[in-house]
Amino acid sequence: MAIFLTSDSRVLVQGMTGSEGRKHTQRMLTSGTTIVGGVTPGKGGQSVDFTGADGSPVAVPVFGSVGEAREATGADVTVIFVPAKFTKGAVMEAIDAETPLVVVITEGVPVHDSAEFYAHAAAKGTSRLIGPNCPGLISPGKSNAGIIPADITPPGRIGLVSKSGTLTYQMMYELADIGFSSAVGIGGDPVIGTTHIDALQAFQDDPETDVIVMIGEIGGDAEERAAAYVSEHITKPVVGYVAGFTAPEGKTMGHAGAIVSGSAGTAQAKKDALEAAGVKVGKTPSETARLARELVRAL
Amino acid sequence: MDLFEYQARDLFAAHGVPVLDGRVATTPEEARAAAEAMGGGTVVVKAQVKVGGRGKAGGVKLAHSPEEAAARAGEILGMDIKGHTVHQVMIAEGAKIAEEFYFSVLLDRSNRTYLAMASVEGGVEIEQLAVERPEALARVAVDALTGIDAAKAAEIVEAAGFAPELREQVADAIQKLWTVFVAEDATLVEVNPLVRTEDGTIVALDGKVTLDENADFRHPAHLELVDAAAADPLEAKAKEMGLNYVKLDGEVGIIGNGAGLVMSTLDVVAYAGEAHGGVKPANFLDIGGGASAQVMANGLDVILGDAQVKSVFVNVFGGITACDEVAKGIVSALGILGDDATKPLVVRLDGNNVEEGRRILAEAAHPLVTVVDTMDGAADKAAELAATGKA
Repeated sequence: MAIFLTSDSRVLVQGMTGSEGRKHTQRMLTSGTTIVGGVTPGKGGQSVDFTGADGSPVAVPVFGSVGEAREATGADVTVIFVPAKFTKGAVMEAIDAETPLVVVITEGVPVHDSAEFYAHAAAKGTSRLIGPNCPGLISPGKSNAGIIPADITPPGRIGLVSKSGTLTYQMMYELADIGFSSAVGIGGDPVIGTTHIDALQAFQDDPETDVIVMIGEIGGDAEERAAAYVSEHITKPVVGYVAGFTAPEGKTMGHAGAIVSGSAGTAQAKKDALEAAGVKVGKTPSETARLARELVRAL
Repeated sequence: MDLFEYQARDLFAAHGVPVLDGRVATTPEEARAAAEAMGGGTVVVKAQVKVGGRGKAGGVKLAHSPEEAAARAGEILGMDIKGHTVHQVMIAEGAKIAEEFYFSVLLDRSNRTYLAMASVEGGVEIEQLAVERPEALARVAVDALTGIDAAKAAEIVEAAGFAPELREQVADAIQKLWTVFVAEDATLVEVNPLVRTEDGTIVALDGKVTLDENADFRHPAHLELVDAAAADPLEAKAKEMGLNYVKLDGEVGIIGNGAGLVMSTLDVVAYAGEAHGGVKPANFLDIGGGASAQVMANGLDVILGDAQVKSVFVNVFGGITACDEVAKGIVSALGILGDDATKPLVVRLDGNNVEEGRRILAEAAHPLVTVVDTMDGAADKAAELAATGKA
């Protein structure tokens, strides 16, 4: 099982012919992902040479559009590496082609563009968006759609959802002795597709997940909403972590969405909301990992 | 990026939103010239600061002649309003106000769309109105794909309860403000107050605009709106180098990769500091994914330029970033800095190529560098060294 991404996933890479796209396509292939094609407008009919997981050469075909690529390959996931300027067009195309899972890695996407493609996806109802400005998601040992390093952790029984890429890696590393069913980086932008809540519900429904770790950070009220959702709908144990207690008001801390505005969006408010919902919240990443490990051992 | 009132006014004017004449001045002489150019009659001299409550603080004054405008500007320029020094005033045409209203449109993160808010009770603190009399503030969701068209504008003015004879004019102004919001990639466009003058026209008297910096690539003109004077010199230097840096008020310099991990590092250092005389993180600095040795060296250069910094904590989890590159960056930066590098560095590396990274640091054996295996342990060491350096 795992969530959103399984060993059956057939993955396209939009922007595969660019330097980032090429680099990460190789990494995804090496970690065993089934990459079935790339998409670059105007470059349909070409192919790009990579090395497969078993070391043998692989020529991945390039298509001119997501629609053509889906038809030719049966792809059901697309990972988008195109520059911010062209991201809206690429995401709209993936949505129009009814791609079930659209993973937007690109950082620096204007929020008006994200609001538009989110609204389009919501209206059409045939695509799940993850990101933008996210590391993607991995189901260790099965598939890897994005830039999360595949060698940090083996498969296991923890599900992870996080706004931050490197904190995701840190947490996977701390809990590599237990392993993960899936880890989903949802991104730190103000408008994102898949939320903590979506991932929490998917982990709740996933028979391969026993304990859920959710990582949040300052800005917005996604963690507070997730807390309310946990108390009503999630019966599996949840451990939380929130970054940004020392962030000053009114300053954007790296992620476009990570900003405390007035008294809204503070780490303390998020921690309080999560604890009120029965979520154990760690003070540091290592304490969070300890709490998760205790919960796994208590099962 | 938040704009000054005069910048918002200019953007409004460019998109046809009804505004009054207004000119910016940085000296009393410029204020006099502006008032003269505007006809020499009554003007309002308004402090330009990116903070509310300037009226109460004495930052808004009437002037009945160019001489008075110069005098009032002389009083207001240099004032401190809630920690913001006034460097500019706007000389604004006087208006005979009959009624004050409120309008804003903003990004609604929770609902992943936009929200328009309007009230016929303007001129007050809107946060206060929202809490005390929420029924007086109309909140209307705006779809990102369809926006504020004529029908949506009509819905907003009706929900807010504007008088029937004003609705057409207000709806027209709202549609133009929506144009500002979309065309300029704003995340907030607020008019408070939106007024009806005694002669019956609707005017945006004071505006607040926040622009999305991610959209700068399609707005080259926005770069001219940046307030270079306000930027911290270290933040300005970091920005030139393409580094994501925020200056804070502490002693432990922080360098890490990834916004979340860096925020977390600040927190962990602050906790560790509790046991070491209350030392705190000095900054946020994210060198990003896949950072090279040069980027690492640039980051160290910025942080060591902060006189308050007593120790530096480099915390890297190599996902895309290779730990050997980070280690090379540290070694080369220390080589370039030579005797200018006097502050101890605590380094914690994990992930991609960690063995090679640690080997490079061990081989260099720089006397200022301490390698600690865990994030918590390294934070404690960095806080301890900062406390020692401070004493």
